[in-house]
Amino acid sequence: MVNYVWLSLILVGILTAAFNGEIEVVTRAALEGAQTAVKTAFGLIAIMAFWLGIMKIAEQAGLVGVLAFLVRPVVRFLFPSVPRDHPAVGAIVMNLSANLLGLGNAATPMGLIAMRELQTLNPHPDRASEAMCTFLALNTACLTLIPSTIIGVRALYGSADPTAVVGPTIVATACGMMAAILVDRFLRGIYRARGG
Amino acid sequence: MLDLISVLSRWAIPLFLFVVLVAGTLRGVRVFEAFVEGAEQGFGMAVKIIPFLVAMIVAISIFRASGAMDLFLGLVSPLFTCLGAPPEILPHALMRPLSGGAALGIATELIEEHGPDSLIGLLVSTAQGSSDTTFYVLTLYFGAVGIRKYRYALASGLTADLTTLLASILVVATVFRG
Repeated sequence: MVNYVWLSLILVGILTAAFNGEIEVVTRAALEGAQTAVKTAFGLIAIMAFWLGIMKIAEQAGLVGVLAFLVRPVVRFLFPSVPRDHPAVGAIVMNLSANLLGLGNAATPMGLIAMRELQTLNPHPDRASEAMCTFLALNTACLTLIPSTIIGVRALYGSADPTAVVGPTIVATACGMMAAILVDRFLRGIYRARGG
Repeated sequence: MLDLISVLSRWAIPLFLFVVLVAGTLRGVRVFEAFVEGAEQGFGMAVKIIPFLVAMIVAISIFRASGAMDLFLGLVSPLFTCLGAPPEILPHALMRPLSGGAALGIATELIEEHGPDSLIGLLVSTAQGSSDTTFYVLTLYFGAVGIRKYRYALASGLTADLTTLLASILVVATVFRG
């Protein structure tokens, strides 16, 4: 699916630009996009190095294992294919808690660490495993308690009650989360039956 | 409740660092050496993401800059009005899974233009806060471990986004009516 989405984004873009008679924007957009991507990746180096370092200490101290032990029932339900004491569990829990608290800078590195651990369990290294799909479904739904950025924007433009959207946000994101879990279950079944 | 959560967010990381370091020391971990050993991999992981991120952001960037995005907006806009949602928030809804920065930009413009406490302002705030940039998250997370076949991850991510959007419209309409 990602192949088709990617292909259509570019082809439709080129055709539209040609039709609008401004084909040169394609080249400019491509170069700017590539630059943004590299900048984003380099921006990650600092927080990745920091969190990978801290997590190494946590792992050697046995803290990741303790965390994994505490959330065993939930993990068994969501990630049946992950062994219950696996380091991936600790990283997944920390990623979801960081998301919940709106700590984006910590959530991403934890998520990448979780992916690295899940990859060690993956029999096909170039293909997403079932546990990864579930984990990413949870992450794209982004269960959060305080949408701090948008609260800031609302306050900036003089809202009478900047935090009024917190309740609705939690309800909406919880709906998205449930949909993500259900759809993930459903598609997992289909892919298993197809053997893909 | 909200105060508690914001205190928790402020304390979470310092407290976590404290606990990890104390626990590590008590368990006999050579903390500095362990940190350096772990941190060493940060660079490699970030660099590994580059090709994936370049591929995805270039495609999205071309799609937006060429005007194809606006064309697409025109096509789905009638569908959106059927739902009873203000069509003004449609650009945001479509941009949200593609680009976090662009979506926040649109949200900010809408809040500035219509006011943060208008129906549109409340709706776009809720939609912005309740979902994440699906394409970015997938590209980043899969890229970090070199996975090229996403299988059904994109489908479930986008379904979650759609559900979140519909839920936002419903909840905001219910809570802030009148």
